[in-house]
Amino acid sequence: MATLHTRSLARLMMAPSVAMLFLWMAVPLGMTLYFSFIRYNLLIPGPRSFVGFSNYYYFVTDPAFVAALVNTLVIIGGTLLITVIGGILLALLLDQPIFGQGIVRLLVISPFFVLPTVAALVWKNMMMNPVYGVFAQIARSLGLAPLDWFASVPLLSITLIVAWQWLPFATLILLTALQSLSEEQREAAEMDGARRFSIFFYIILPHLARAITVVILIETIFLLTVFAEILVTTNGGPGVATTNIAFLVYAQALLQFDVAGASAGGIIAVILANIVAVFLMRMIGRNLEA
Amino acid sequence: MARAIPTRRRWLLSLLAWAVGLIIFFPILWTVLTSFKTEGEAIAAPPHILFFHWTLENYAEVQQRSNYIEHVTNSVVIALGSTLLALLIGVPAAWAAAFAPTRRTKDLLMWMLSTKMMPPVGVLVPIYLLFRDWGLLDTLTGLTVLMMLVNLPIVVWMLYTYFREIPADILEAARMDGARLFNEIVHVLAPMAAPGIASTMLLNIILAWNEAFWTLNLTAAKAAPLSAFIASYSSPEGLFWAKLSAASTMAIAPILILGWFSQRQLVRGLTFGAVK
Amino acid sequence: MRRTLAALVGTAALVIAGPSLADTLTIATVNNGDMIRMQRLADDFRQKNPGIDLNWVTLEENALREKVTTDIATKAGQYDVLTIGTYEVPIWAKQGWLTPLDLGSAYDVGDLLPPIRSGLSYDGKLYAAPFYGESSMLMYRKDLFAKAGLTMPEKPTWDFITEAADKITDKQAGIYGICLRGKAGWGENMAFLTTMANSYGARWFNEKWEPEFNGPQWKTALNTYLEMMKKDGPPGASSNGFNENLALFQGGKCGMWIDATVAASFVSDPKQSKVANDVGFAPAPCGTTCKNANWLWSWALAIPSSSKKTADAEKFVAWATGKDYLQLVAAKDGWANVPPGTRKSLYDNPEYLKAAPFAQMTLQAIDSADPGLDGNSKPKPYIGVQFAAIPEFQGIATAVGQQFSAALAGQTSASQALQNAQLLTEREMRRAGYIK
Repeated sequence: MATLHTRSLARLMMAPSVAMLFLWMAVPLGMTLYFSFIRYNLLIPGPRSFVGFSNYYYFVTDPAFVAALVNTLVIIGGTLLITVIGGILLALLLDQPIFGQGIVRLLVISPFFVLPTVAALVWKNMMMNPVYGVFAQIARSLGLAPLDWFASVPLLSITLIVAWQWLPFATLILLTALQSLSEEQREAAEMDGARRFSIFFYIILPHLARAITVVILIETIFLLTVFAEILVTTNGGPGVATTNIAFLVYAQALLQFDVAGASAGGIIAVILANIVAVFLMRMIGRNLEA
Repeated sequence: MARAIPTRRRWLLSLLAWAVGLIIFFPILWTVLTSFKTEGEAIAAPPHILFFHWTLENYAEVQQRSNYIEHVTNSVVIALGSTLLALLIGVPAAWAAAFAPTRRTKDLLMWMLSTKMMPPVGVLVPIYLLFRDWGLLDTLTGLTVLMMLVNLPIVVWMLYTYFREIPADILEAARMDGARLFNEIVHVLAPMAAPGIASTMLLNIILAWNEAFWTLNLTAAKAAPLSAFIASYSSPEGLFWAKLSAASTMAIAPILILGWFSQRQLVRGLTFGAVK
Repeated sequence: MRRTLAALVGTAALVIAGPSLADTLTIATVNNGDMIRMQRLADDFRQKNPGIDLNWVTLEENALREKVTTDIATKAGQYDVLTIGTYEVPIWAKQGWLTPLDLGSAYDVGDLLPPIRSGLSYDGKLYAAPFYGESSMLMYRKDLFAKAGLTMPEKPTWDFITEAADKITDKQAGIYGICLRGKAGWGENMAFLTTMANSYGARWFNEKWEPEFNGPQWKTALNTYLEMMKKDGPPGASSNGFNENLALFQGGKCGMWIDATVAASFVSDPKQSKVANDVGFAPAPCGTTCKNANWLWSWALAIPSSSKKTADAEKFVAWATGKDYLQLVAAKDGWANVPPGTRKSLYDNPEYLKAAPFAQMTLQAIDSADPGLDGNSKPKPYIGVQFAAIPEFQGIATAVGQQFSAALAGQTSASQALQNAQLLTEREMRRAGYIK
């Protein structure tokens, strides 16, 4: 269909983006790759000798590595679970003809605009603090012992904070999708005497499939590198309970100032991210085609 | 548009929706309220919800310590500048991907997105060294360009999903009329794509505004945006709940208000082609 | 819409191309109360030095350390004055990253407290000027002690503290006998735990640079700490650092608190503390020995060798850490708020001694800390009381701190935490080439 002329024009238009992103990827990544094979600690000047795979060896055999891998997946999985299910329920609720719908929608989307650092600080100090926090005050007024969030359920606490930030995003996308479901489709189903549950499972849910895929895709991209929330609240602890890959790389880079180790970690993170990307692409390929 | 449902059920649903909405909004509301309390009242148990002595002293103290306006200006410049740059480069790319797709277009788009999956800290030192050598450390120019690169994949992807919805026939028709490419873009494509571009812009302003890693690590005094502003309050000495709340409120207020006022445009942009 | 956009872009361009200021010093500092006061009082400096403008970068401690270290190690030269600690100074000076200070005779270098001064020197030259110095000590609530029928001994021991904490604790009333640091970090829980372990005769490394977490001394220290904190500590202790504990103590939630001596002026300031009138001070507790049971630290101002404004920067450093600055703070905010622990003359000043009941205790604590190789009860290969002045330490100690924090949170046992600490420290030391 497209002419040769448009083809070459298209290439020309695509070029700046591709070139810039390629440079943005390739230059730092090339340097990172180089750093990952030498001895390079910011605090210890000296010959940058070639050390082979030793940086990789130390990063992967770090006792925290496996835990970090698992934590990364748990944070992503947990957040996706909460935001997708919560988002569907909220979207269904907001789709109803409620009073003050506009204002409720404003309330629900607000967390999306909050700086991650601020969100973490607020949750840590104002909500989950076991002495002064709101949750502790509620627990005490009910005669219960306040829960020490970041010590007893650290990973859940982080996941909750992250999910709070991403719930609005999921809700909005799902709500838009829901509203595009035509009234006729719904009414037809109701006419047929379908029950509410079967309408949900046979009509609404399939209709939302595409939107859910998009939510999963976009959120995963951002959740792979969750960092500020962990740094502010638990610093990866207690132990390594909330250390994810991004945080582990951070510890190498900015606590130990071990650029070589951090570079090896960064390369490994890129490889892992690409595995996730391939996985996602399969999923998208099925659901986003056409 | 409202479907006919019994009033009682409507009331119940409204009540439920409001309750959920308020719970989700509560942390923000609580922060704003606390910012007007004294430090002593901020930790009072049981808490005083509305009937406390309202004060502005926390805001005064925060303003005395750091130049809020300067930080906000930096944030605005970085967020807006990087978004406009990203649009400038992203619109043609998205146009090409949508109207002249090749076999590799999908892979190319996916690859662009995957550039966002690398933990930034992994390439901090290389970027830092490059910025140092190019004299870009602590400059708005450097950060603007960097944030453009960080968000470009999202821009391209979002615009692509819009442009794809524009029927190609319209363009063909315009071309038949002998419209030039320039005219094609200005008179045909732009009006149809405007809502999409607007929402892309909004989302990216928000993302750039809320980015905290690069903006914190590549700035010192001159180009420091709000993320650096908040980093000087994250754990001051002693009782600091009220001051923290004031600083937090100041940091999120501009973007929250922008978000509220433009939520309709934003919502349309957030679909990422999820709605067909 | 289009016009607004154009206007905004115009503004953006203007701001980017804005005028650049000559003779501006960029000062990086931590967001501690004393530094924030310095920032507030800096108009005095501007008046005395017209033509020098100041740009402040005030950050939370860890964020500051990350930025400043990256800057200086890559010689980026963004800062003219850095706020760094006793840990960094010898390491950075050795690399040639800092300018040795020449602050003039009016500055009176000889007036600096000897332990503080030697901690900031390398090869006999002063590389950073102390802004305030601190050790650690015990702060306690006299009213709660009286109520429980306890008297604080002159030299408390851990046995006594354990017992007292138990008697004071009244969880119903929200009062916890003891507050100690639990938040992981080399400058957080490990600073405290290392001094506690020192008091049981422990050290970080033996003469062959092998860690000693598998020894009985660390075991006793950690077990005592964990038992006490689990029984009588506040909830959430594993995420409490200096600031969190300060807030708890000021809010009247703690019976005792062992931490930095600088906290003394904050807890006894009625404007920010609910318990200002009931605070007592005592030396940090001893275990089997009192050697290095309290730490030694100072926040100091240094000039990176990458700065191009050394002369102006020296003027600022001399202003901020000089004798006149103490007078200035005293005149504006009272003697009790003067940055402590740097100058002998301050501790000879009767006005200060009167306003600061904690002054003698602070001086004693600073004087008794010995960062040298023979400071502990056993000889050690490293300099430092609560740290080892080697570049690898902050990474290792933070990881070890995570283990101990996990033990406090109940996620691992004490023996498991110690074993992990031993393994990870050995691993890193071997990697860095200390252990052959």
